[in-house]
Amino acid sequence: MKILVCMKQVPQKDAPLKLNETGTWIREDVSYEVNEPDAYALEEALRQKEKHGGEVVVITSGPARAQQVLREALAKGADRAIHLEDNAFVGLDAFNTARAFAAAIKDDQFDLIFTGLQSDDYGYAQTGVVLAELLGWPHATIIMQIEKNESGIRVKRELEAGYFQFVDMPLPAVLTIQSGINKLRYATLIGIKQAKNKPLRKVALAEVQSAVSANLQKIERLYVPQKTKNTEFLEGPAGEVAKKLAEKLRNEVRVL
Amino acid sequence: MADTILVVVEQREGKLNRVSWETLTAGQALAAEMGWMLEAAVVGSGVAGFANEIAGKKVSKVYAIESAKLEPYTPDAFVAALKQFLVSHPAKLVLMPHTYQVRDFVPKLATAMGRTAISDCIGYKKEGEKLVFTRQMFQGKLAADVSFTSDAPWFVTFQNGAYRGDKVEAGASAAPVETVNVDIADGVIRNKPHEVFKEAKQAVDLTQAEIIVAVGRGIKEQKNIEIAKQLAEALGGELAASRPICDSGWLPMDRQIGSSGQTVAPKLYLALGISGAIQHIVGMKGARTIIAVNKDSEAPIFEIADYAVVGNLFDIVPPLIEEVKKVKAGS
Repeated sequence: MKILVCMKQVPQKDAPLKLNETGTWIREDVSYEVNEPDAYALEEALRQKEKHGGEVVVITSGPARAQQVLREALAKGADRAIHLEDNAFVGLDAFNTARAFAAAIKDDQFDLIFTGLQSDDYGYAQTGVVLAELLGWPHATIIMQIEKNESGIRVKRELEAGYFQFVDMPLPAVLTIQSGINKLRYATLIGIKQAKNKPLRKVALAEVQSAVSANLQKIERLYVPQKTKNTEFLEGPAGEVAKKLAEKLRNEVRVL
Repeated sequence: MADTILVVVEQREGKLNRVSWETLTAGQALAAEMGWMLEAAVVGSGVAGFANEIAGKKVSKVYAIESAKLEPYTPDAFVAALKQFLVSHPAKLVLMPHTYQVRDFVPKLATAMGRTAISDCIGYKKEGEKLVFTRQMFQGKLAADVSFTSDAPWFVTFQNGAYRGDKVEAGASAAPVETVNVDIADGVIRNKPHEVFKEAKQAVDLTQAEIIVAVGRGIKEQKNIEIAKQLAEALGGELAASRPICDSGWLPMDRQIGSSGQTVAPKLYLALGISGAIQHIVGMKGARTIIAVNKDSEAPIFEIADYAVVGNLFDIVPPLIEEVKKVKAGS
């Protein structure tokens, strides 16, 4: 099977975020990491390839820094990478990101496209499903298991509150992958070495410009959310804080 | 003519999803503020009963969008049905709850119509003539006001708990209900869904627990879960976790709190090393008192905490266990 994995670089989970001067995005000087569900999507693609043969291709969009995500994926076993490299890609909405991806892969023929179920930055949970519609492919979201069969694949969808559902679907298809579908592997030293010689195609904005339009939605402003609760911060040495907490539990929360 | 807001409610397995009422409350608020008309629709096969239920609320009209092919749910059929409906019944704004089902088909529906969806919103603001929708970004660390720069219909989904379902206004009289039969051609539906099932009998019913001690990534290693367990035992509560802990297999899945796990509202929720991603918060924000311990002073969990401790949980928890034991012994 030939599988494309869409990956995104996002700010590290604990990274303190600062707003830019116009208050429309964060300042770029933070540490980045791979979007966690995308790491599971890559792992699943590698496992499918190990079972059924084929090729795993990874794609991302963003400035030069985003290449790190692709390098890591190649080190873990992806065969080649596509980097839509431009700062402008950071501000694209899901509709246009999907259109840019569709344009960049038009000469490839994939059986499956994986994305993480959502990104840790925007959190729209849309790009994969939009891409499926643009390609005219069926899709399924929040996937916890994938089995190949004669007519296509059988996937396990996670529903709310602990429910699941199996779905049979034909190929090609787009799947959005849930965190925890598998156990992530680490890159090996040999893998990291080999990654340096694996093909990484750079796609400039100009190459896909005709496929994208003005954004259909706009972030007017980004801000630190106003607190709705009166939070009491307990400070001091650990022992003292513990004492204060126990008092609160007894006198205010009344559970002791 | 006034613009129309259409609320698409969600039904599944013969039940109206509770969050549908929340979205209807949001729709009523928007209709009042914008001077727009509010209509509702329910999509499925044999859904007239749900339409009648909605018609008792303050809405102008309710549509039952019907086809035998809409049961069971598939994204292909739902998009075909709603696209057909929206072409013949234009709406300015289409509102839905941000459920797993809606997430599954709304981006496809918007794309099929050359439009976009602002997903997982927690509110809206009218700024002059402009309508902006507020949504959380960066796992809740920041919020954004987002506007549409494209033509109607505008698709918006609201987060679970963003509005109060019990605040939905009843109508003075029952709204008219119209059945709209949609035609879904053979071959449109490509996915073949099987029955919905539960993995295993849920061993732990956290929804009944009065005290919950929950651990997140900050616990670092599986062996460290022991101190959280000791604290839970000292307090007489249950141990729970955020998703990454269960994904790692450190605690069983039936101890997971959040959108993919259990939704709880205990007297006390003590969050240890939980940053407070949206998916976790929707599962516990109903707790009466929330105490959070986290190293990161900017962790979103502090936004909803009643008592906050910025610090290392490994420093705080052991003395806390002792203090709790002391108080209990003395009482």
